[in-house]
Amino acid sequence: MEGNLAIIGYGLSAIGPGVGIGLIFAAYVSGVARQPETRGVLQTIAILGFVLCEQLAIFGIALAFVFSG
Amino acid sequence: MTIVVSAAEEFVPPSAPDFWQPLVGDGAFAITRTMVVMVLVTIGLAVVMMLATRRLGVVPGRGQFRLEGVYGLVRNSVGRDVIGSAHFKPYIPLLLTLFTLILVNNLMGIVPPVQFPTMSRIGFPLALALGVYVVYLVAGVRRRGLVGFLKNLVPGGLPFWVVPVVFVLELVTFLVTRPVTLTLRLFGNMFAGHILLLLFALGGEYLLLSGEGLLKLVAIPAFLMFFLFSAFEILIAFLQAYVFILLASVYIAEVYADEH
Repeated sequence: MEGNLAIIGYGLSAIGPGVGIGLIFAAYVSGVARQPETRGVLQTIAILGFVLCEQLAIFGIALAFVFSG
Repeated sequence: MTIVVSAAEEFVPPSAPDFWQPLVGDGAFAITRTMVVMVLVTIGLAVVMMLATRRLGVVPGRGQFRLEGVYGLVRNSVGRDVIGSAHFKPYIPLLLTLFTLILVNNLMGIVPPVQFPTMSRIGFPLALALGVYVVYLVAGVRRRGLVGFLKNLVPGGLPFWVVPVVFVLELVTFLVTRPVTLTLRLFGNMFAGHILLLLFALGGEYLLLSGEGLLKLVAIPAFLMFFLFSAFEILIAFLQAYVFILLASVYIAEVYADEH
């Protein structure tokens, strides 16, 4: 079995989006805890932020497979 | 890396070429497993939709009630809330089609006789994203005209020397970044999820068959993780279908927003 540097690079690059997604949902949880009635609005915004942040990780995995080939 | 396994044959981890599965023929005109799944899903969806809406009543039957749940989610919490109550109506068929098609195709990654997510081949999400791309560009140009559409890319009140930079950035966002991200998000999620399932299944199988002694027992947690991630994939399938139409309607909503 052989390893590949591209996949390790992807692991490193996934740290950034991981931290970002954590921050987004931390803000969402504390927002709902303060004002439970805003849940519906906040949910859409939180998922939107999550998606835009996750995008970086997805770019990473696509490029990792491109460069490992 | 030293492996304790007496490897009769070496373990080959799953990789991208595993997703290319031609059934008939080979090369550019092959009929692949992905295409067959897509056709089956489309036919199945059409049949279910037609059966559920054949006898519409004020008091809904069981099928109609479930379909109305899906329709309500797309129409109210995505279409109306994001695009706005004045303009959302023409886009509901598009959003509902995208949502149901992506959801059922993603779920096909888990459903036993099929177990192959269509969207893990990049051509399929690319086609869907290009559809959304054409819709929001055409809607934008029809609303404001080509000149007005280009003018509207730059928010007002900027210093004059910033305007060209912002214009180029916004144009690239509109024309390149959005369709690319829309495609890659759906593709990447389904591809990564399925390759993870493959890894647990193949790794577990390899440990069980070729492992020595206690190493065979490691196959148990591998298979447990397989079941766990199968359940997780259901959540991802739903989330990605929701997110796709959410972003599509955010892009469409920007056409009707009068300011940034």
